[in-house]
Amino acid sequence: MTPPGTSSRHHILSVLVENKAGVLARVAGLFARRGFNIYSLAVAPTDDDRFSRLTIVVDVESAPLEQITKQLFKLINVVKISELDPARATEMELLLMTVRSEPGVRSQIMELVGIFEGRIVDVSPDALTLVVTGPPGKVDDFEELMRPYGIVELQRTGRVALPKLDRQAPRLRSVTGKVV
Amino acid sequence: MKLTGAQALIKSLEMEGVEVMFGLPGGAILPVYDPIIDSPIRHILVRHEQGAGHMAEGYAHVTGRPGVAMVTSGPAATNIVTPLCDAYMDSVPMVCITGQVASTAIGTDAFQECDTTGITMSVTKHNWLVTDAADIPLVVREAFHLASSGRPGPVLVDVPKDISNQMMDWYWPTDADVEADLPGYRPTTRGNGRMIREAARLISSAERPVIYAGGGILKARAAEALLELVELTGVPVVTTLMARGAFPDSHELCLGMPGMHGNYTAVTSMQKSDLLITLGARFDDRVTGKVAAFAPEAKIVHVDIDPAELGKVRRPDVPIVGDCRLVIEELIKAVRALHQDESFEPADRARWIAQIREWQARYPLTYQRDPDDGSLKPQFVVETLRDNTPDDTIVVSGVGQHQMWTSQYWRFDHPYTWVNSGGLGTMGFAVPAAVGAKVGRPDRMVWAVDGDGCFQMTAQELVTASAERIPVKVAILNNAYLGMVRQWQELFYEERYSEVYLSPDLPDYVKWAEAMGCVGLRVESPEEVLPAIDKANQIDDRPVVIDFRTDSREKVYPMVAAGTSNDDIILGPSQGEGGR
Repeated sequence: MTPPGTSSRHHILSVLVENKAGVLARVAGLFARRGFNIYSLAVAPTDDDRFSRLTIVVDVESAPLEQITKQLFKLINVVKISELDPARATEMELLLMTVRSEPGVRSQIMELVGIFEGRIVDVSPDALTLVVTGPPGKVDDFEELMRPYGIVELQRTGRVALPKLDRQAPRLRSVTGKVV
Repeated sequence: MKLTGAQALIKSLEMEGVEVMFGLPGGAILPVYDPIIDSPIRHILVRHEQGAGHMAEGYAHVTGRPGVAMVTSGPAATNIVTPLCDAYMDSVPMVCITGQVASTAIGTDAFQECDTTGITMSVTKHNWLVTDAADIPLVVREAFHLASSGRPGPVLVDVPKDISNQMMDWYWPTDADVEADLPGYRPTTRGNGRMIREAARLISSAERPVIYAGGGILKARAAEALLELVELTGVPVVTTLMARGAFPDSHELCLGMPGMHGNYTAVTSMQKSDLLITLGARFDDRVTGKVAAFAPEAKIVHVDIDPAELGKVRRPDVPIVGDCRLVIEELIKAVRALHQDESFEPADRARWIAQIREWQARYPLTYQRDPDDGSLKPQFVVETLRDNTPDDTIVVSGVGQHQMWTSQYWRFDHPYTWVNSGGLGTMGFAVPAAVGAKVGRPDRMVWAVDGDGCFQMTAQELVTASAERIPVKVAILNNAYLGMVRQWQELFYEERYSEVYLSPDLPDYVKWAEAMGCVGLRVESPEEVLPAIDKANQIDDRPVVIDFRTDSREKVYPMVAAGTSNDDIILGPSQGEGGR
């Protein structure tokens, strides 16, 4: 199975919408009506309280991405849509998991959580609840590593993303050509 | 000035220039019906909410202005879902106002409560649930703006009863207020200049071009511009079901209707073309047949105001997002500029036009005109009606065989003279839509050509027409069957007729018409057709219904069977040697 984080079927749409009642229902209804598949969806307010941002991972095998974005943009409450190329985006996801941890394996789990820079947020005699954040691929890896211990419950947020910053170093005008 | 929400709503409609609205009151909308008594707006009381919706559509089709319908909550709102969906499919501007239970009762399953905005979300361009009376003027302005701009369509405003009773300070929003409150709505109306020049180049060099004109021509009020483009370029035109009248049928370059029941020349010229200049059309499955086999050699220029239509079905070589009228006007300038260039050599189309003329002569749209058994052919009724009514008569139809025969055999020489349900295919559309059309254009003669199946679905609106003195005329092509379904069962289900027989005598259409305050007439033979039409044309103080007893066996031809290629068009027995 291809890990979802790297699949070319999945494209990320960053959709700026008006922060009004029923907007999420309109987006979800549109996807259902046109037969588009949502792989994951995250919604949160932005720094401007008039708008919210939806980060939608869509399955482009269900419909061409162009049709999905054009139909989305017909919704009156949709203000802006940016398509984020997974290769040119910084993606983050949060995973919250309760895993069985008998006293014998607890230290192994804690070690793995340490490697993945996660945290333990709740403890009981035979289970741990832990949180890991990171790019979806890393979160997938962690989930696979935990599976043998016995996952009791698991919740992922769905990914959020922003475009990667320009890699070119800024030109330092004050330095170049200046004889010190 | 302090007003109630209800008063503000009616005042807002007045400010928008609304002259007439169609509706039926009930509990949750009661407060809004009170100020109507003092308003100059004419309210037409319908007998079923679906009628209000289709009347608003008929009004919008012929006037170009949004039709307004107002009904109460719950069952009234669900009854108007069909017209909303119909208007959405055919891009008809319409503003629907629904009552809602008090905002404090929403979500409690109160009497006559339903989730109107939720139910209508997928059949409206946009909808609102008003939560503060102070929002009403802004929402109404936005509603009319959205319904009539960009790709037109229906919108719905749901008003809870307590909001209608709430006091507010009256104001009237400015254009800037509307724009600021709709940050996500900026339709593109001007086409891209580079793309328009590219389209002009393709048009001028194509050897077998066809203009594929759709309903967008009418919505954009681009009929004159289209005529100018055709006269300039000499490119033949097909007019889709939604575009009948957008280009005059009597023009020598008009090829008529393409599609499943289009004529041979219109269908085949598209199939063989090397360039389809698609103006406000959407490659509907009833036009393309099997998409993979549709116009295989054609390059596509596609002009539409809705960007989502470009590439939805067929990938365009030259996509142009914009208003059809504005784009065609620019296209005309670009073609002219090209013609002035001395190095430019226009393509020779003599062979193409000759080929088209040959098809027209060989495979005319025709039927058996003198049947041996003296039966009354439905096409004959349509032709006789066409030849004995004013040139600018508005024709309205329902859905089925009668609709196809009317579209095929009428001669549409003026825009906005054809009103029908294209995309949704709503049986029962004709009677209420004709009433709405007559209200919008009282100066015109309005004829509904309806089927017996369709008529039975919404005939009660003739009571509305009688009561309101709206003299529409209805020609029922009564073949005693759900004719189009019968045709499919005959052709594709081995003549196993399942649940399609309706009886010619039950109901008695003449008595029914009279009971509804109309004049009722019956015609059983070809010789009675003209006298009945003449008599109907002379009646102008009440509606008229003529029950034409037509031949049940008659089928609509040509026909491209669903899912097959347009190359496999089936001709009727009398439609030329190529009948397969």
